Amino acid sequence: MPAGSKPDKPLWTEEFSVYASEDKFVLRRQFTKFLVLTSFGMLAGNVWILIKSLVRRPRTAFPELAIGRASGIASGEVKLFNYPTANDPCILVRTPSGRLAAYSQKCTHLSCAVYYARAENRLECPCHEGYFSVEDGSVLQGPPPRALPKIELETRGEQLYAIRVVENRARI
Amino acid sequence: MRPILNQVRQRRRTVIDAAVAFLIVLLIVQMWLLTATLEAYLAGNTGAAIPGVVVSFVLFLACFGLYRFVERVYRVR
Repeated sequence: MPAGSKPDKPLWTEEFSVYASEDKFVLRRQFTKFLVLTSFGMLAGNVWILIKSLVRRPRTAFPELAIGRASGIASGEVKLFNYPTANDPCILVRTPSGRLAAYSQKCTHLSCAVYYARAENRLECPCHEGYFSVEDGSVLQGPPPRALPKIELETRGEQLYAIRVVENRARI
Repeated sequence: MRPILNQVRQRRRTVIDAAVAFLIVLLIVQMWLLTATLEAYLAGNTGAAIPGVVVSFVLFLACFGLYRFVERVYRVR
């Protein structure tokens, strides 16, 4: 090395300072870098949602599923079934008014299974005490942000069929 | 000489702290935005996705600008 010329600073001194007084600056810079990377991660998340939104096609074709005899479910009784796939648990309730209502059994908060509380005549999620109306699936109380998806039913003779899943626009 | 240098360093540190604090506020807004967009998507509302990306990109640019600013302040001797 020629006399008088300064040696280049090693790269590591940029990240790990030699002098304690500079240490705070390094930490702040590192922290800022980390925050910007986090910001980029969240932007990536938003882009991912956009891509999913663009390629998402609403499901139009649903299979028909025979649930059972309509008269076999008494007032206040429930019947569990899976629809439209074996991984989608649903709940069928005959309300005290005699109407049949079916909903997805997955709570819209964190997907715990909701059950019918007969005494209160509502669907309840035991995980975080989210309550849903049995009449329209709307949220009555708790953290669930949306109503339960509705299962459309059709009665042919005595047989009850699940024919479609519909997004439930019932207000909270 | 030393007191002036200390004063400059102190001022620089204050500026950097202010920039970092502002960056954290931007990040909280961006986090809320991501949560709200995801919630809208899960509820079947896909209309919020494009505005979500645009605003998130603007927030990211602001964060990146602040990062560059902190770097520049740090390098001022």
